[in-house]
Amino acid sequence: MLVLPSIIAIAFYLAALILVVGVAGKILQYARTPAPLKIPTTPAPTTRSGTILRLAREVVYFESLFKASKWTWLFGWIFHAALVVALIGHLRYFTEPAWWPAALVQGIALWVGLAMLVGLGGLWARRIFVDRVRYISAPSDHLMLALLVIIAGSGVFMRLFLPTDIVELKIFTLGLVRFDWQTIPVDAILLLHIVSALALMAIFPFSKLLHVPGLFFSPTRNQADDPRERRHLPRWTPIEDRSASASMPDVPAEPSKDSR
Amino acid sequence: MSKEKAFEAPPIPPAPQIPALVEGAMSHSRPFVAEPEHQRALGFPGELVDDWHDRAIEKMGDLLHRYRGFRVFLDACVKCGACTDKCHYFLGTGDPKNMPVGRQDLLRKVYRRHFTLAGKFFPKLVGAADLSEEMLDDWYRYFHQCSQCRRCSVFCPYGIDTAEVSMAGREILASIGMGQKYSNEIIGKVHRIGNNLGLPQPALAHTLEGLEEDIEEETGVRVRLPLDQADSDILLVTPSADFFAEPHVDGLIGYAKVFHQAGLRWTLSTKASEAANFGLFIGSYENMRKVALRIRDAALDLGARRIVFGECGHAWRVAYNFLDTLAGPLDFLDPKYPAPQHIVEVTHDLISRGALRLDPSANDERRVTFHDSCNIARASRMGEVAGGQFALPRDVLRSVCNHVFEMDPDATGERTFCCGGGGGLLTDDLVELRVKGSLPRMQAFKEIVRRHRVSHLVAICAICKSQFSKVLPFYGFTMDQVLSLHQLVGDAIVLGER
Repeated sequence: MLVLPSIIAIAFYLAALILVVGVAGKILQYARTPAPLKIPTTPAPTTRSGTILRLAREVVYFESLFKASKWTWLFGWIFHAALVVALIGHLRYFTEPAWWPAALVQGIALWVGLAMLVGLGGLWARRIFVDRVRYISAPSDHLMLALLVIIAGSGVFMRLFLPTDIVELKIFTLGLVRFDWQTIPVDAILLLHIVSALALMAIFPFSKLLHVPGLFFSPTRNQADDPRERRHLPRWTPIEDRSASASMPDVPAEPSKDSR
Repeated sequence: MSKEKAFEAPPIPPAPQIPALVEGAMSHSRPFVAEPEHQRALGFPGELVDDWHDRAIEKMGDLLHRYRGFRVFLDACVKCGACTDKCHYFLGTGDPKNMPVGRQDLLRKVYRRHFTLAGKFFPKLVGAADLSEEMLDDWYRYFHQCSQCRRCSVFCPYGIDTAEVSMAGREILASIGMGQKYSNEIIGKVHRIGNNLGLPQPALAHTLEGLEEDIEEETGVRVRLPLDQADSDILLVTPSADFFAEPHVDGLIGYAKVFHQAGLRWTLSTKASEAANFGLFIGSYENMRKVALRIRDAALDLGARRIVFGECGHAWRVAYNFLDTLAGPLDFLDPKYPAPQHIVEVTHDLISRGALRLDPSANDERRVTFHDSCNIARASRMGEVAGGQFALPRDVLRSVCNHVFEMDPDATGERTFCCGGGGGLLTDDLVELRVKGSLPRMQAFKEIVRRHRVSHLVAICAICKSQFSKVLPFYGFTMDQVLSLHQLVGDAIVLGER
């Protein structure tokens, strides 16, 4: 049985490569695109450290979404928080000895998986039953939820009913990290779990999952409200007849320090 | 095309309400397309070009490279639905394409089709679509049903701002020959004459003299409204509506009384006799910059040391956030004062230093509530601290009026509802949209009228004032129930002694 582990290993490297290169490419693209004007949604922090805090609040407790809709916030937050804990927990398969936070969350792993399913269920129900959200949903929006439900569902299923041989699994995953391929437990549910997770990694840079890097580059959230204190300059020269006005100021080519 | 009288104002619900979806409810609403001469004056093709499809896609690509926000906003949306019940045009019409995400998707579908891998290979799966003639029409219709008020951006977990998307959409449309008549004609007038109304210098001078006479007749005090006066401390740039129409003009009289009483030397300028900058509405950086440069030129010509803006929402956005970027550096101005300044900041400062003698009982007949204008609330600031744009005008209002009441917090502050006429939509060919879009504000107003017998809505934006004058009667109020903040200030100032 060396074919299966090889396929999974190649798929793993491929998915990881697509994820890293794809997202890095998008981040580079965002960073290189100028933000010519100050457009923070006000009231906004007036200092750089204030905007970092604002972004942190968006990341940690979804401040804006909380203002918008308590139900979407509740299900969305539960899902994302559970996802983070699950990701941390899974790092035990790639570290030896297991990284302590990964070991720490093992005790609540089942609950985390169930919480993820509750969050996803709530979000999916909104997409189906609220006419406004149904109207804006494309097939890919449902498929994304389906994929996440499969990932979380198969994980919970293995915890509850059909535990896989995690000792053998860890030998396989550590082998991946050390480029020393080992065998993988032949277990349909496990394979479903892994393949769907790899699929999610591979579609990340081409899908709405770009909301993760996107948030940090969103000018309405990451700009400080200080246009009267610090002059903000566009990184490009406007296209126009520059001889029209004698008092036309020069637009320096350098990027503004604050153009993020 | 004008649908005046062909529609009914929606009934005001007893409490805020989310309507059921009515697809196509506003698909008949589209403003007049710009005449070839108005298009060409701004550097756009006169009419729809033959290769519009390719030129539109090319323009979209250009904008994606010029605006980080535009690109991030098109990528980041997860269709969570947080914004779907936040737009006043959706709340007033039920048209799903007036949900912020519905509006963005008109552009996002085409973006996905042409600029993303998923949309190129699996268009149906990811909801990508071609730029068909029908889509182009939808762009024209629905990007002109957004007042760029940014209410949706407050609630979006990624800060996606539909205003940026509708501006980009309008810029693409103008660049292929489908500009909007109202905005483009007005920008042409600003470039040619100096203001939106096309008031030439002699008419303006005559108007100001007339106002000086009116004030003297009423108060016995000679309060000046100087025009093009060199070596003034302050250049006041104000929306041209302030020069003649009610209730705007009473606000102008208010500013004049404030300057008079504080002993400040100020002037208006013919060249910059307009604070509005409709370049913002059509998403054109170049036009916005050209309009903004007039103000710099006027300040330099007149040797002004401070630039102060009158009551105008989007003008303050452009002034506060963009003026230094577009027409700076403003280092020729007095560094002791913020550049530029808002008239409310000036008045607030004078009041807090005790430089004005006020008699709020002059406004005792009025029971008022303050309408936060969208561009001031969500796209600018006043004073030193975040949120000053809410505190300062209220402080001023409370010091000149004894009966001030607050509307529902879901309809004020950063959550304020647009008047329904902002963003280049204040035109008669969009009356139905304007009336329906004002429903959430009218609902909150009716509630405060019922609870506190409020008589007036106080605003600090020329568009809000014009819009409310027009739509209030559709909801059983009267057009004179909207006032300028500085009208109340002007009425409360005790002239003469300092």
